[in-house]
Amino acid sequence: MSPAAGRSGARASGPSAVGAGAGAGDRLSRLLAMVPWLLERQGVALEEAARHFDISTDQLVADLELLFVCGTPGHMPDDLIEAEWESGHVYLGNADAIARPLRLGQDEALALLVGLRTLADLQGVEDSAALEGARAKLTAAAGDAAAAATSVQLDLAAGADTRVLAVVRGALARGRRLHLRYLVATRDETTERDVDPMELQSLDGRWYLQAWCHRAQGVRRFRLDRVLAAEELDVDGTPPAEAVARDLGSSLFAPGEEVPLVVLDLDADVRWVAESVPVEDVTERADEPGGVRVRLRVADDGWLRRLVLRLGGSARVVSPPALAEQVAQAARAALAAAAGGGEGDDADELPGASGPPARVAP
Amino acid sequence: MAPAQRTERLLNLVIALLSTRRWLRKEQIRQAVPQYSEATSDEAFDRMFERDKEELRDLGVPLVTGTDAAWFDDEAGYRVDRDAWELPAIDVTPEELAVLGLASRVWQQASLAGPASRALVKLRALGVEPDESSLVGVEPRVRTSEPAFSPLYAATRDRAPVAFRYRTGRTGETARRRVEPWAITSCYGRWYLVGHDLDRGAPRVFRLDRVSPGITRTGEPAGVPVPADLDARALVRGRAVAPAERSARVRLLGAAGAGLRLRAGAPADAQEVEVAFADVDELAQEVAALGADARVLDPPDLREAVLDLWRGVLSAHGAAEDVPAAAGTGR
Repeated sequence: MSPAAGRSGARASGPSAVGAGAGAGDRLSRLLAMVPWLLERQGVALEEAARHFDISTDQLVADLELLFVCGTPGHMPDDLIEAEWESGHVYLGNADAIARPLRLGQDEALALLVGLRTLADLQGVEDSAALEGARAKLTAAAGDAAAAATSVQLDLAAGADTRVLAVVRGALARGRRLHLRYLVATRDETTERDVDPMELQSLDGRWYLQAWCHRAQGVRRFRLDRVLAAEELDVDGTPPAEAVARDLGSSLFAPGEEVPLVVLDLDADVRWVAESVPVEDVTERADEPGGVRVRLRVADDGWLRRLVLRLGGSARVVSPPALAEQVAQAARAALAAAAGGGEGDDADELPGASGPPARVAP
Repeated sequence: MAPAQRTERLLNLVIALLSTRRWLRKEQIRQAVPQYSEATSDEAFDRMFERDKEELRDLGVPLVTGTDAAWFDDEAGYRVDRDAWELPAIDVTPEELAVLGLASRVWQQASLAGPASRALVKLRALGVEPDESSLVGVEPRVRTSEPAFSPLYAATRDRAPVAFRYRTGRTGETARRRVEPWAITSCYGRWYLVGHDLDRGAPRVFRLDRVSPGITRTGEPAGVPVPADLDARALVRGRAVAPAERSARVRLLGAAGAGLRLRAGAPADAQEVEVAFADVDELAQEVAALGADARVLDPPDLREAVLDLWRGVLSAHGAAEDVPAAAGTGR
């Protein structure tokens, strides 16, 4: 289950009955959209209707079974909605009360209007006529519900390197291969590679390119702010058939069993780590309110060491003990090196544990 | 109660409230919707009905209340305003519907994911198939991992004043703030609340990840006047960018710190880089990750922040006794 699905589910159910009402509102909303559509298309094939509303035919049949037992007060047979689908074609009747599609709710109109405005900000990303048309029609359709839309603003263009963004977008639109000079931050090294661009994504203010990497022979995700140089090649950039784009937030890799398991305790202030790196599981910590214990597979000790050093004591390696000692040793060495250095005006002096005695900074 | 039964209950409730021309009183509604017979007490029914009303309003159902002149008491009656019910017929093109789909996916991993996808389903009722081929493959996303997002979003949407405890960046102190919310904004991957700080009598920008749990509304909805010329994004950008004038000098060992070299625009073999920065804590983390391969030469507050991180790591790993006490920091 995605985090988003979990959250909206939790919102739909009241505190008195956790989970009991999860999804009921979303389903009702679908039913209220489906009934007018079906009434205008009597005899439509089950498969076509399911496809239109992006659900399985089993789900569609379950929805029809639910409609079939609902109706106007009294709930005698004459009061109930008529639904028939045995022939593989859907016929609906006696649903006059809900024959017209329901208007948009305030949050619904707001979510789409804010999304559209965000796309419009990223100039040249989408066909501006379609964007403007969608915005005007949605505003008209939303009526009063559109009024609150200015209360939320997304600023995704802030901080993006527009040159790299433009090159990548161009290659994507023309279906061309890209040559990238790319910094692999986790290994702290610079690489050269050719990639076939698949999707440009933005998450939490950062842009990512998802592409088929010819060097790695697999789908890889590249952070645009770590692309040192991007060049469109005069080569077709259609990714191979096995390349499937994943949504951001999902992990591209599923580390194997052979990769060592590391147990890490996170304090409340760095809980986000559990959501941003692929973890095996997350449990709440009794010793630290809001803190969690995660287990994750770590192929590269250096990566974990750099992560823990950056978190400054809000994260602790619980096991394996050797890795915990390695992290502590790295912090000790760093402090010793810092203590051993001066102000830096003597360029020959390199930081190191065996360096000259500390010259205390003014 | 299974979700399917709750959907049935809500659907029967909607149909009952749509089919009536007169106001329905709570007791009549209880009789009209068979699933309410599951409520074993008046209190249980009241709770169910309150939740259901809220759910229907969230979905956009125009639920209205009023009283009948013939009633002797002033108990409220309910019905659905049929004139306000319908989604206006708009002739959305397949390309426009594809763009609307893209707009809804912006929220896919955020707390508005539910409303965004419901909106799209409603637009599907208009009968148009989206033409996704017109999209170029750019997928912006936001996340709302801060617990403060939902209550502050709702208060901003409803223009209701709020009070919360807030931790200031520099001093780390927590204090109660009373705010009239104007806008909620995502910038550089963080959520900010822009509003009028009632105690300071001036506009302020608050980072949502520094808002403590326990946000309360201190007034009625629609009570907050939002300035017509408000540019919330400029306020947030200004706040986030203002101290970016600062610059740090960092000594790097060997080939370490490729990320810092990139940030500084320095060659791959540079021994010392000069990095512009906005947020001391953020740069300190980047430097601290490099361990003994990096050393901050300047400014002192950045150097101290990096040393603090390393000391923290050492003490968290049970080695507090050999933490060099503020060595070489000039403190």
